[in-house]
Amino acid sequence: MIRLDHLVKRYGAEGAPALDAVSLSVAEGEFRVVVGASGSGKTTLLKTINRLVEPDAGAVFVNGVGVSAEPAPQLRRRIGYVFQGVGLFPHFTVLENIGVTPRLLGWEPGAIKGRCLELLDLVDLPRSFATRRPDALSGGQRQRVGLARALAARPQVMLLDEPFGALDAVTRDGLGRAYRRMHEEMSLTTVMITHDMMEGLILADRIAVMRAGAVVFDGLPQEAVSPGAPDYVRALVQTPRRQAEDVARLVARSGA
Amino acid sequence: MSSELAAALGFLPIRLGWHVLLSASALMVGVAFSLPLVLLSRRNARIRWSVLAAAGLVQTIPSLALLALFFPVLLALSAVVRTLTGHGFSALGFVPALCALSLYAMLPILRNGVAGLASVDPAVIEAAKGVGMTDVQRLVQVEGPLAAPVVLAGVRTAAVWVIGAATLATPVGQTCLGDYIFTGLQTENWLLVLLGCAASAALAFVADQLLGLVEGGLAQRERLRIIAGLGGLALGTALACVPLAFTANAGARAYVVGAKNFSEQYILADVMADRLRRAGARVTEKSDLGSAIAFRALAAGEIDAYVDYSGTLWTTVLGRTDTPPRATLTARLKDELGKRYGVTLLGSLGFENAYALAMPKARADEMGIETIADLAPHAKDLVLGTDLEFLSRVEWRRLETAYGLRFKAERQYQPTFMYRAALAGDVDVITAFSSDGRILADDLRVLRDPKGAIPPYDAVILLAPGRASDPRLVAALAPLVGRVGVAAMRAANLSVDRDRDKRSVAEAAVELEKALGLL
Repeated sequence: MIRLDHLVKRYGAEGAPALDAVSLSVAEGEFRVVVGASGSGKTTLLKTINRLVEPDAGAVFVNGVGVSAEPAPQLRRRIGYVFQGVGLFPHFTVLENIGVTPRLLGWEPGAIKGRCLELLDLVDLPRSFATRRPDALSGGQRQRVGLARALAARPQVMLLDEPFGALDAVTRDGLGRAYRRMHEEMSLTTVMITHDMMEGLILADRIAVMRAGAVVFDGLPQEAVSPGAPDYVRALVQTPRRQAEDVARLVARSGA
Repeated sequence: MSSELAAALGFLPIRLGWHVLLSASALMVGVAFSLPLVLLSRRNARIRWSVLAAAGLVQTIPSLALLALFFPVLLALSAVVRTLTGHGFSALGFVPALCALSLYAMLPILRNGVAGLASVDPAVIEAAKGVGMTDVQRLVQVEGPLAAPVVLAGVRTAAVWVIGAATLATPVGQTCLGDYIFTGLQTENWLLVLLGCAASAALAFVADQLLGLVEGGLAQRERLRIIAGLGGLALGTALACVPLAFTANAGARAYVVGAKNFSEQYILADVMADRLRRAGARVTEKSDLGSAIAFRALAAGEIDAYVDYSGTLWTTVLGRTDTPPRATLTARLKDELGKRYGVTLLGSLGFENAYALAMPKARADEMGIETIADLAPHAKDLVLGTDLEFLSRVEWRRLETAYGLRFKAERQYQPTFMYRAALAGDVDVITAFSSDGRILADDLRVLRDPKGAIPPYDAVILLAPGRASDPRLVAALAPLVGRVGVAAMRAANLSVDRDRDKRSVAEAAVELEKALGLL
């Protein structure tokens, strides 16, 4: 479905490249998570898929077609994009925000409105929110609107860049699991970026770990936690695992 | 006082109308030029830098100078256009004022435009790209609307600046609220100054409030407020311009009588205009022209007639440094002006308005000073007060060398304040004008010039190229030649300049004509 082929990207003339000949493929219907520390190149990698970043070398294919084959705006209208900054348009209502891509695609106003209301239900927001402006929403509600906006034009591919990073743990877990269900129900192909190994392990079908512009691990979640995983990946897993064990011990001691 | 106020208020509709038309046009031109530049600089830091630097540079030019600078530029441009198309345009009045004020309006709009676009949240811009907007869609649907309130705040600042600076359009010959200020300042009529200031401040306030309504509407996305603000601006501008429609009636070309920026000039221009009107002609007056602008405007046919002084023309226009006897100077001047510029020297009015060094009589007696030669040894302890141009004129250099004058200090004043400074003792010696009524009123002694360093300054009537053959113009003005004595002129000047029992310029003109037996 998505194939990244030897991508190279350098910001500025000096220093290490953000992407150092990275290759990665994502199968149709797969929930692919890319984990990495900040500066590992994971966001750059994601943005090459909808051409928010143009690589210096290498190629990106979606459905077997190079992404440079059509103008970037047209490509982006077919790919849902959610990121940590959310970037709701402050001068648009919730409804106008959600309906923006269908409007750019020239849908009928009636169809747009119907789709928007449907999406409000889907992301579990009251329909009365439709006429509100983004500044009247909480962080979690905004991220739900952002998700609805990305899904509005029925894309097959979704790109999520640390989508839940700014939310509290409970909201984050809930929204993550809710999205995972949508991924199943709508047969989406998802690429999600996170720095949180735990989140990746829980949500992913397949996980890749990036470090210094290169993919250092690519496999199933259970492989990432197996003793055969590379040291760096094991180190990433260690912290959440120890935390989970600490919590499990506490729970046992409380006799619950 | 009240009749004077009523007379002054009579000019208000026209002056306000022009002021509004000028400011509104300048603002619109400023916006029309600034916004494309803002868009150009949106993604190019180098363009952005150059545009802001250029606009900032313009802003550092004093507004009065900026207005004055456009005159020679437009004069040259007009000449080029005339040779190309056969039709020139007026380099005086509306066009130079519009150019200068439009340039002036650009900086705040550019600066806020650039700042407005830069203030849009990068996350929102990325989102706009991410949802599939093209560059144009992003600008129109996202960046534009989000930057609009900031841009409008810039337009607001520009509007207030332009309305204030438009009062400076008077010296380039554009009727505006500045006419009150300049004339009032010159004739020490503070009521007029106040009236001009108050009217322009009120205008700026109203425009600012209406634009504030638009700005608030854009920020809050309330269409009603935007419409109300824009509607108010459009309606106000249209209403203010109504009086202009009544004056701009078609018909025979009007005569334009010019005047420089002091009382004597206003009075003489009024006398000339009155005589032309009585002969059935339509006349407009362009007052408060800068000394250099007046002659160039005449030479270019922008004005038809005005009074200048032989010594001034001799030194500043012809660039001569010698001082021939009076009759020779006038004859050669007439000859040269005709040859070089096609300007006709109709004749001398009969009085002289020379630069003269003067000092309070009591002080002069005390020090035993009658002539400039007497003054020279004392000069090192004395302060000289001059008008705004004297120190840069040839006459001053000649006076300096002829008598070896070295003052302790030299200070420049607007002429009204120069006389005040002499009275108050801030300065000891001033460069008075020999026909000035204040010489009598302020009890000043004019110091004689035994070496003849200062050329004669006979008041002469000048006619624009081609106008000497206009029988109505010549018939109206020729009777003034040789008729106006210095005593009559001084009395007329004093009646306008004095503090008590002040006459308006129009009244003084009528009284002068009566005194001369011309009415």
